[in-house]
Amino acid sequence: MNTMFTRGPSLPHRTVLALCLSILLILVDHRLDGFAAVKVYLNSLVSPIQYLASLPGQMLSASANRLVSHQQLVAENARLTLQAARMQEKLQRFELLKSENDRLRTLLGSPVRPDAQIMVAELMAVDNNPFSHQIVIDKGAIHGVYESQSVLDDKGIVGQIMEVGTTTSRVLLIADITHAIPLRIARNNVRLVASGSGQLDELFVEHVPHSADIQVGDELVSSGLGNVFPEGYPAAKITSIVRDESRPFAQVRARPMAQLDRLKYLLLLWPSDAPVQPVFDGQGES
Amino acid sequence: MKLRHYTIFLSIIVALVLQVTPMPPLADQLRPDWVLLVLGYWTLALPNRVNVGVAFLVGLVLDILLGTAIGIHSFAMCVCIFVLAANYQRLRNYSVWQQAVVIGILAALYHLLVFWLQHLLTDVNFLFTYLWPVFTSMLIWPWLFLLLRKVRRQFRIS
Repeated sequence: MNTMFTRGPSLPHRTVLALCLSILLILVDHRLDGFAAVKVYLNSLVSPIQYLASLPGQMLSASANRLVSHQQLVAENARLTLQAARMQEKLQRFELLKSENDRLRTLLGSPVRPDAQIMVAELMAVDNNPFSHQIVIDKGAIHGVYESQSVLDDKGIVGQIMEVGTTTSRVLLIADITHAIPLRIARNNVRLVASGSGQLDELFVEHVPHSADIQVGDELVSSGLGNVFPEGYPAAKITSIVRDESRPFAQVRARPMAQLDRLKYLLLLWPSDAPVQPVFDGQGES
Repeated sequence: MKLRHYTIFLSIIVALVLQVTPMPPLADQLRPDWVLLVLGYWTLALPNRVNVGVAFLVGLVLDILLGTAIGIHSFAMCVCIFVLAANYQRLRNYSVWQQAVVIGILAALYHLLVFWLQHLLTDVNFLFTYLWPVFTSMLIWPWLFLLLRKVRRQFRIS
């Protein structure tokens, strides 16, 4: 048979070498973050597999789109027109409030808040890794996506960009166990930190004193501290508070506003001080 | 024919695609370890062509695809493929169902290794649902074995 078999190091040697190399790579990647620079290329390298893997789902949704009945389309159109009208009315009030707010801020001598730029991204893949909650979206470095950029959906904050590829990027969801986000209660501006629980519909609000003014149903918005998430976007709602005096802190749980298990279209946010500017392909979607 | 030379490569690519295709949550929990199964088959059939080295590289690709710290899946994959490559002569003589049991045990080892490594890096908790793929891998092994053997004989890969 093949004489190649006897060449090179023996199987146990090879295994030991591969295992040592793996451990080295884990340490370099996780402890030292040594692959940050090459991850773009690595992600671009495997993106063909991701495109292939998302193909069946895309075909299914494309055929589902074609098979929608006329009635459904009419109903949806009516609903969307109504929604657009309501939004338009809200927008008019918003414009008024915004100009008024800007005027007041200039009167107070504090800086006027500039607008953020927005790009719509589509979900490409959800990781089947049970230990972390990440998704892949179809916008990458060529669209101006940058690391730690915030990602929203129509309800609230979804997560932040973790790795950028050329045409795809990876989003770490706020419910991931390694993620934490600085928030404040919209009602009274109490500052909090919410960390992911590992379950898509729950966040743990950490280090809340027993005496803190916090109630079930309170809305949490991003506080803008930490310079990752811009200020004022809705993130979560308090679902339960356990004030057990034998523990150092109250145990507070919250539910993310964004429906993390049924994401489809996402919004990428470029604040005015973003390191990269967005690159729109053709359509005026800003 | 040209396709002959790329069959192993193509089968591994197909396995990678199947491993990352988005699925409904229920099917997601039951997804067999396609990559481990395909690599396992080639290791048993042609240990001179596919063994720990290939497993290491494919594990790295899997790490990048799944977004885990680079090295976790390659470590687990190498250990499992080493067991198969070291015992391929014995395992080849087993019946397909006996092989399926061995593959199931290896798949359990694979998932536990991935979990332990992740546990060292971040505080993840163990749920028994993580071990469902062990059973589906076991069930799917005989069919995959027959399919890949057919492919191997068809294209006379050696």
